[in-house]
Amino acid sequence: MSDSVLGGPHEGGAARSDDGVPAPGQTGGIPRGPAPAAPRPPIAHALRDAVMAALVSVVLFVPLVGLRTDVSPGSGLIIRTRWADVAILVGLVFAGRLLLNLWQDHRPARTAPTARRTEVLRRIGTFVAPLLLGFAVVLPFLPGTSRYVLDLGILVLTYVMLGWGLNIVVGLAGLLDLGYVAFYAVGAYAYALLSTNYGLSFWICLPLAGIMAAFWGVLLGFPVLRLRGDYLAIVTLAFGEIIRVVLINWVSLTGGPNGISGIPRPSFFGLSFSAGGGPGSFSDFFGLEPSPTHRVVFLYYLILALALLTNWVTLRLRRQPLGRAWEALREDEIACRALGINVTNTKLTAFAIGAMFGGFAGAFFATRQAFVSPESFTFIESAIILAIVVLGGLGSQLGVALAALVMIGGFEAFRDLEEYRMLVFGGAMVAIMVWRPRGLVSTRTPSIALGKRRAISGDLVGEGHG
Amino acid sequence: MSAPILQVRELVMRFGGLTAVNHVSFEAARGDITAVIGPNGAGKTTVFNLITGFYTPSEGEIILHGREGERGLHATPGHRIARAGVARTFQNIRLFGGMTVLENLLVAQHNRLQAATGFGIGAVLGLGGYRAAERAAIERAKHWLGATDLLDRADDPAGALPYGAQRRLEIARAMCTDPVLLCLDEPAAGLNPRESEELAALIRLIRDGGCSILLIEHDMGVVMNISDHIVVLDHGKKIADGTPAQIRSDEAVIAAYLGTGDDDEEPSPATAEGAA
Repeated sequence: MSDSVLGGPHEGGAARSDDGVPAPGQTGGIPRGPAPAAPRPPIAHALRDAVMAALVSVVLFVPLVGLRTDVSPGSGLIIRTRWADVAILVGLVFAGRLLLNLWQDHRPARTAPTARRTEVLRRIGTFVAPLLLGFAVVLPFLPGTSRYVLDLGILVLTYVMLGWGLNIVVGLAGLLDLGYVAFYAVGAYAYALLSTNYGLSFWICLPLAGIMAAFWGVLLGFPVLRLRGDYLAIVTLAFGEIIRVVLINWVSLTGGPNGISGIPRPSFFGLSFSAGGGPGSFSDFFGLEPSPTHRVVFLYYLILALALLTNWVTLRLRRQPLGRAWEALREDEIACRALGINVTNTKLTAFAIGAMFGGFAGAFFATRQAFVSPESFTFIESAIILAIVVLGGLGSQLGVALAALVMIGGFEAFRDLEEYRMLVFGGAMVAIMVWRPRGLVSTRTPSIALGKRRAISGDLVGEGHG
Repeated sequence: MSAPILQVRELVMRFGGLTAVNHVSFEAARGDITAVIGPNGAGKTTVFNLITGFYTPSEGEIILHGREGERGLHATPGHRIARAGVARTFQNIRLFGGMTVLENLLVAQHNRLQAATGFGIGAVLGLGGYRAAERAAIERAKHWLGATDLLDRADDPAGALPYGAQRRLEIARAMCTDPVLLCLDEPAAGLNPRESEELAALIRLIRDGGCSILLIEHDMGVVMNISDHIVVLDHGKKIADGTPAQIRSDEAVIAAYLGTGDDDEEPSPATAEGAA
């Protein structure tokens, strides 16, 4: 499978014959991979395959790279040819494919992950989570933590929280939701509207935003109860877009594309974080030098607490009948029905609780930015959150946190690469999926055990049918 | 025959133009093992799906005489049928493969546990009432794990069990819902003779524990051995109904399994047992 991912579109017919025909030299113990092609000499076969790949790349690169239109000095368009570049690219494809083929012929047989290796990984895993948590708690006080790092931390934690919220719907209940950002938007706008119109404080608006989002989660849940798989994904995607389009067009309420600005910032138990200090401000009360960093640190801890709340509730629920019913639903919906589980209610609670945490995160987003507009809630946000959950490993809390760190943090780390950033980013995602097809943390921990809890291999765990 | 636990009256199920079940009526007596047999495509599984609420019948009624008196299953939504006391297993095993054996049995007790959580809030906070309920649920699970000889596999994922153990686990899971009627859809399919023997013993044990059993089975050895009462279906119609001895000598049954005698094809001495 990974061959086709690595080979990309350049494979052509030769690769298909590789996969389709069981190679003669293949032994049962080796999971996959082209055989050392017994009848044909391996070099000849590899060469033939590489030539095919090069031919495909010629077809692709001649129009894409070879021909280029430029504005001529006389303001007309002229065609410029770049055959040298095409030759270099085709050469690269040829050499790359050849090396890949040769490497696959000669690499050692891959051993299946043994129980011992899984155990070692699990033990490392038990250390990773507390370490990450400890690092997150002390980050604002570490020397060398700049405002930029704190802002990045807030961003990563927001996505961790969104990932954990979506994990309830996608990872536990197995319901593929491509419109999760809708609940993020509902939460953000709920806070923005309630605070600007009615002057309610952040701490009153936060639960209200969560409740609003949960309400919309149930509202979305009803029509999609009967849908599965691709159909469910498409309807949830449409729902996400509907919310965004309504936000753009309902100008009298939401301000349309201009959004809502001047959203009040959160206060620390009634103490404001005004830059100038002054009576009733945080710095005044604690006798500190007024500093804009105070608010950033406060926001950081706020999102950390919200994310940990999400995590705590999810972990608790997983050990409850409700959480087990979600996972059972992911494994087999028909069996659930035969056991007397109300499938409708179970799905709706998953949508509602997942949406509620999305709403909390949205309220936080609004108070942090002090400005919301529909532009922040496009489909790409849903896609990123879903990618975090899938890369992290469906249902795994630690995996989702790691994936959010890798994706959002990594994306920032590659800022210097400018336009090549997306390329590196896409490559990294493909690489993770090739090496760990079920996500960074693919094992499932049982919710209860008579003896010792043993992790369950991801191969046995269902992915849900929508 | 003692009082019925299940009465099926004039049951009809049509799929478009196809009548899969055509005016079938039978009764299953309380405390009996009732078998439904018939050639492939006779409508056995459809009858099962009607009783357990996976289909809604086109006509007719299904009455369960459960703990709370009479109940028409034909008008009850699927998940409520299990709560009324009807549990089932599936022809193609449907376990929660990624969950452990014990988790499978706890999911089966979802409704009782969920009632103890107080809308989930008590459980999230870890209140005592829920803990007691969970302990009781684990004890019940252990009881059925012991009965199905799976106690040492309790913490293994269900998907990793061997086939025979998965079959037993599915029965244990159904029993954890505390049913009055257990519907088994071909429980002996794919089992070797020794496993079939053990299965028969397990089914008798469940019957002796007070749960009535409705059984679809192709393995005539098992059916004739353990059934108290047999209903034979062919082409969606009931063709015979009686004790194993009566069924074994029933002309219509032999004809259905071996083809009608009109063609004078080898008048084999084989009884219905041979059709297994």
